[in-house]
Amino acid sequence: MNAKERNTDVFFLPLIAIVLGLALGAVIMLLGGYDPIAAYRALLNKAFGSMYNFGETIRQITPLILTGLAVAFAFRTGLFNIGAEGQFLVGSLASLYVGVEWTFLPTVLHAAAAVAAGALAGAFWGALVGYAKAKRGVHEVITSIMLNWIALFFVNYMVKTFFLPAGQQRSVAVAETSYLNIPFVTELFSNARLSFGFVIALLCAVFFHYYLFRTKGGFELRAVGFNRHAAQYAGMNVNGGIVRAMAISGAFAGIAGAVEVLGVFHYQSVLTVSPGYGFQGIAVAMIGGTAAFGTVLGAVLMGILTFGAAGMKFGANVPPELVNIVIALIIFFLAASGIIKPVTRWFRARKQRKEAA
Amino acid sequence: MSGWDIGSDLIHITLVYATALMFGALGGLWSERSGVVNIAIEGMMTIGAFTGAVVTYFAGSPWIGFIAAAVAGAIFALPHAVASVTYKADQTISGVALNFLAVGLGLYLTKLIFDGQGQSPNLASGGTSLMIAKVQIPFLSDIPFFGHAFFEAYPTTYIVLALMLVTWYILFKTPWGLRIRAVGEHPKAADTAGVNVYLVRYMAVLTSGAFAAMGGATLALTTTASFSHSTVAGQGYIALAALIFGKWHPIGAVAAAAFFGVVTAVKFLLPYIGLGHVPLDIISMLPYALTLIVLVSFIGRATAPLASGVPYEKGSR
Repeated sequence: MNAKERNTDVFFLPLIAIVLGLALGAVIMLLGGYDPIAAYRALLNKAFGSMYNFGETIRQITPLILTGLAVAFAFRTGLFNIGAEGQFLVGSLASLYVGVEWTFLPTVLHAAAAVAAGALAGAFWGALVGYAKAKRGVHEVITSIMLNWIALFFVNYMVKTFFLPAGQQRSVAVAETSYLNIPFVTELFSNARLSFGFVIALLCAVFFHYYLFRTKGGFELRAVGFNRHAAQYAGMNVNGGIVRAMAISGAFAGIAGAVEVLGVFHYQSVLTVSPGYGFQGIAVAMIGGTAAFGTVLGAVLMGILTFGAAGMKFGANVPPELVNIVIALIIFFLAASGIIKPVTRWFRARKQRKEAA
Repeated sequence: MSGWDIGSDLIHITLVYATALMFGALGGLWSERSGVVNIAIEGMMTIGAFTGAVVTYFAGSPWIGFIAAAVAGAIFALPHAVASVTYKADQTISGVALNFLAVGLGLYLTKLIFDGQGQSPNLASGGTSLMIAKVQIPFLSDIPFFGHAFFEAYPTTYIVLALMLVTWYILFKTPWGLRIRAVGEHPKAADTAGVNVYLVRYMAVLTSGAFAAMGGATLALTTTASFSHSTVAGQGYIALAALIFGKWHPIGAVAAAAFFGVVTAVKFLLPYIGLGHVPLDIISMLPYALTLIVLVSFIGRATAPLASGVPYEKGSR
């Protein structure tokens, strides 16, 4: 395969996977006796039908960009971060603490400090995984899983012990000075809960790309991911790299938690199960080919599908879980892109015939 | 309750709650020993729980449901085998896809079949219970302490322990097992020796799906009595952790799964050991924290099968 073919594949494979996923989803709906066109129309209507819904779609996309970046960043350095879920949770706890307690800070500074706290907590939680892998050789998947559960129970315990008004299932609210919302934007979107967090998420994507591809530190991490032994031979600090990579990865997920607390809910609920953004981040990163821009696009697709899904129930009586099937099919076709390569080849052949004619 | 009773109860409840994890961990083992990473245990268990609950409801027998679950699990694992073996996909990504698919498919079909309900009908309520019942082994269950602890259990517990021994025997004592392990460690060498790498991996992944799905069915048919979004709820990931904790050895994996089961048992028994006032969150956290500490301080480097996660290309070196 030459370079040009590879470039078109990077673009076309996800596109074909998405189209195939949606098409097969339609077939499944037909088999179930539903009307797929009405369902997809209802989905889009839910996602974009009003300024409010449009704003809520952006709200849905925001944490997905961040947890997607977390998974993608680790993947680039040869690590599978299945722990974005836990990093997200400790990030939300840290920003809740700063948002509630550090009221001595002025408006903008308070919000910044609360986001930074979320990033640091996530970074710490991620670094633990990196440390266990680098220094003790423990598989990152198992530490991630353990830390996810520990985070769930730990965050619940802390919220119940320090932030819960008697008899409530949600914490006290963070101070308004720590809000990430901007009043006139909120008004523009008819009070949808979108916030400055979306901009933060996009800035994180820019940082992701810049750091990996324009700095020495990023080059080292990519080298470690590409071939650990070669990186070691070239004199790079492989173990330090693993800890650093997991810390940065965790920071992205931690910021996602902070944005949910400071920009959406303004409180933290007692959770019975994890919110799932960490696991969805895995899908987002895979759809996005673990690239910064791709991850943003992956999050956009995923956000539209998951938020719009609720509309399918009312618009066409289709169970919203259908969307998970579509997402699964998209990821599956991307993973096993060999299945759809014949399609890209056919496209290329047709284009060449046209050019020749 | 006396100390003996509590100890006996602890083992009893541990076995009840660890059984599904044991199935899941053994399931993961088959696939990973052949060199195919299986992060989809969660999804396979979900399909098993769904099939087990639904088929039992319509067929009227939990054992038909249990066997149907195993078959459904193998069928569900087929795409993972096709992707990872034939199309040389990234096995982690394929596994992630299967986990999403299972949750989506399970709930979509549940709502389709049961008129929009997000949960299958309760198998324990109604005229006669459709659940798998506990068995008391004659004579053995009369032994003090051990009787209640080990010989008064759901049949699924005995099935999984038997499957553990079968797995161990096949993997380490038969030519078929030698082939699986060879394919997982050094597929090129196995190929040269005339082993059909693709066939071995397909069989291993399908077995994996069947085993893990039996774990899911165990949940639906012994403890939760129905299928909903919270039936499996992350236990597949714990089974995966148990597999790694148990160092990819059948007995190790089952022992590690039992360790995680202890937690649930301890939670039930807290009031009887004078710790009723300790916050449940702290207790729930302990096993995972303990596992982490044990792993970081004593166990160290995990020894995954060498070729795990590496697609095999015939003729490659």
